[in-house]
Amino acid sequence: MPLGTYKEALSARSTEQKILDVSQDGGIVSSLLCYALDEGIIEGAVVAGTPDEDWRPIPTVVTSSDEVIAAAGTKYSMSPTLSALKEATRQYGLEKVGVVATPCQVQGLRKAKAYPFTRFVADKVNLIIGIYCMENFPMASLDTFATAKLGFDSLTDASKMDIGKGKFWLTKDGEDKGLAIKETHGYEQAGCNVCQDYVAEWADVSTGSVGSPDGWSTVLTRTDAGESVFKAAVDAGLIETKPMDDVKPGLPLLEKLAKGKKDKNTAERERRAKMGVRIPAIY
Amino acid sequence: MFDKLKKAFGGSDEAPKAEKKVEAAPVKEEVKAEAPAETKAASAKPRIGYIHLSGCTGDAMSLTENYDILSTVLTDMVDIVYGQTLVDKWIHGTFAEEMPEMDVCLIEGSVCLQDEHSVHELLEAREKSGLIVAFGSCAVTGCFTTYARGGQQAQPKHEAFLPISSLVKVDAALPGCPVAPEMIAKTVVAVCEGDLDYLKPAMDLAACNAGCGCDVLTNVIRQGLCSGCGTCGLACPTRAMGYSEGRPSCDRDRCIKCGTCYVMCPRSWLPEGRIKKETGL
Ligand SMILES: Cc1cc2nc3c(=O)[nH]c(=O)nc-3n(C[C@H](O)[C@H](O)[C@H](O)COP(=O)(O)OP(=O)(O)OC[C@H]3O[C@@H](n4cnc5c(N)ncnc54)[C@H](O)[C@@H]3O)c2cc1C
Ligand code: SF4
Ligand code: SF4
Ligand code: SF4
Repeated sequence: MPLGTYKEALSARSTEQKILDVSQDGGIVSSLLCYALDEGIIEGAVVAGTPDEDWRPIPTVVTSSDEVIAAAGTKYSMSPTLSALKEATRQYGLEKVGVVATPCQVQGLRKAKAYPFTRFVADKVNLIIGIYCMENFPMASLDTFATAKLGFDSLTDASKMDIGKGKFWLTKDGEDKGLAIKETHGYEQAGCNVCQDYVAEWADVSTGSVGSPDGWSTVLTRTDAGESVFKAAVDAGLIETKPMDDVKPGLPLLEKLAKGKKDKNTAERERRAKMGVRIPAIY
Repeated sequence: MFDKLKKAFGGSDEAPKAEKKVEAAPVKEEVKAEAPAETKAASAKPRIGYIHLSGCTGDAMSLTENYDILSTVLTDMVDIVYGQTLVDKWIHGTFAEEMPEMDVCLIEGSVCLQDEHSVHELLEAREKSGLIVAFGSCAVTGCFTTYARGGQQAQPKHEAFLPISSLVKVDAALPGCPVAPEMIAKTVVAVCEGDLDYLKPAMDLAACNAGCGCDVLTNVIRQGLCSGCGTCGLACPTRAMGYSEGRPSCDRDRCIKCGTCYVMCPRSWLPEGRIKKETGL
């Protein structure tokens, strides 16, 4: 099962223009957070913002829709998001917290729930929105793509950053410039090379762009909590959906990419283990 | 059930048999792992001891913070048979009182090598206990007693403090400064149910006697495993863990060497089986 356990797969999009204006894809992450905040399902969330708008993600605690929307959009570099859970539960005193997490972050969080070596933090997380992730890049790699490879003066000139259709895209003055994904290989962080999860298999609900048309997202509802929040947001008219079978390229592409990642990185784990280098112990 | 546990900690190869034997806890022989276990009648509940060496009682306090299950645990699930704080029974100065046999002995605090009584109590506990659990980071790694160096009134010579695994074999480690209430609760339940799968990571950690913010540097970043997820920062009780270029970077002047960051990191070990069980995914 390259996509993990899920209840339902749908193609979906926010119905709110002010979310769609800034969201990476269908704005599913932001819509779910806004809905959960409004309904009191969560009191706040930890997300990755860019306060300096320099594309460097900074873990941020948000407690209002405006703050959620201000943090929308993908930053393709590492955000130690989970570290901000301390702030959310201690300084902010939040009892019900949402988290937007890449697959490796979902793993950290689920481990912290199963083995809570830190008191009264992980148990306060009641909504994990997972985002698909093929790999992540150090800021210096992004700088290289922008300047050395795409001829920008600076990474900060880019108004949008995206990966899709086989390219890494940067937008400047309304014009998109693409770099073949092949050219980005070797620039991802090393830890991604042993990662076997593409679609955040342990999140409550997972979403990403692959499988759905531009401006839409592919959503997998997984746990009861994830399913109920997603359905409620749809019922409230905040999200519109289409059956996955009606959209192109659909689940087959998502499954293919997820399996490709698993196979490649499983082989890398085996290679490292053979050399006698450390790999994570699995219990 | 309980028998299964002790067996896994190096006991005899004999399959667990009758209920009576299961509860009997022929402690000493099983730990030594030599002769087949000898049975003795004992209470039906695991006999728990709690020893307070050079610790701050924070771990015992943490246990009591399991308000909603505490009374059930204490009355129905375990018998506390030894411990100064909890049952006012301990071997003191003259060693007049005898240490009882224990199925599980929780030991809080590191051991001061120059304190004869502490050393004696620890060694005695090893003799008398089926399982020794290093309870909290001071027992596991030394934690901030790592920095003790003597020269203070009224025992200037009390200067060397070691994790308990330096002196005796430890069967399971529960790090944390203090070890979290939820973690204690989950462990107690696993012990009572003989859930070895859950206890396995704590058993594998038992031999560890060093802990520091640099563990994530040595064992994660330098191994090309770090994903910059931030779990180590979530774990750190002193906020010594900051981040630079997506990598944890420990403020060594703040770090108290509790070892929690590395233990929590999903790239040190990942409890896949347990996560799947808890989430149904
Ligand atoms: C490093 C990375 C790689 C990705 N790779 C893929 C891929 O291969 N295929 C695919 O289909 N989708 C991928 N995605 C997911 C995709 O880019 C979108 O994040 C997702 O579709 C959600 O879009 P949205 O419009 O619903 O979210 P929005 O409403 O735009 O909200 C995005 C949310 O993501 C959070 N976020 C942004 N950057 C990060 C980060 N670095 N770490 C953690 N959280 C962050 C923001 O705080 C915000 O809450 C990747 C995302 C990241 C961060
Ligand atoms: S590829 Fe895996 S390890 Fe790398 S950022 Fe994505 S989820 Fe984390
Ligand atoms: S928890 Fe582990 S993988 Fe995550 S940031 Fe810390 S060292 Fe890196
Ligand atoms: S960095 Fe923090 S969690 Fe890690 S050992 Fe030091 S005090 Fe403990």
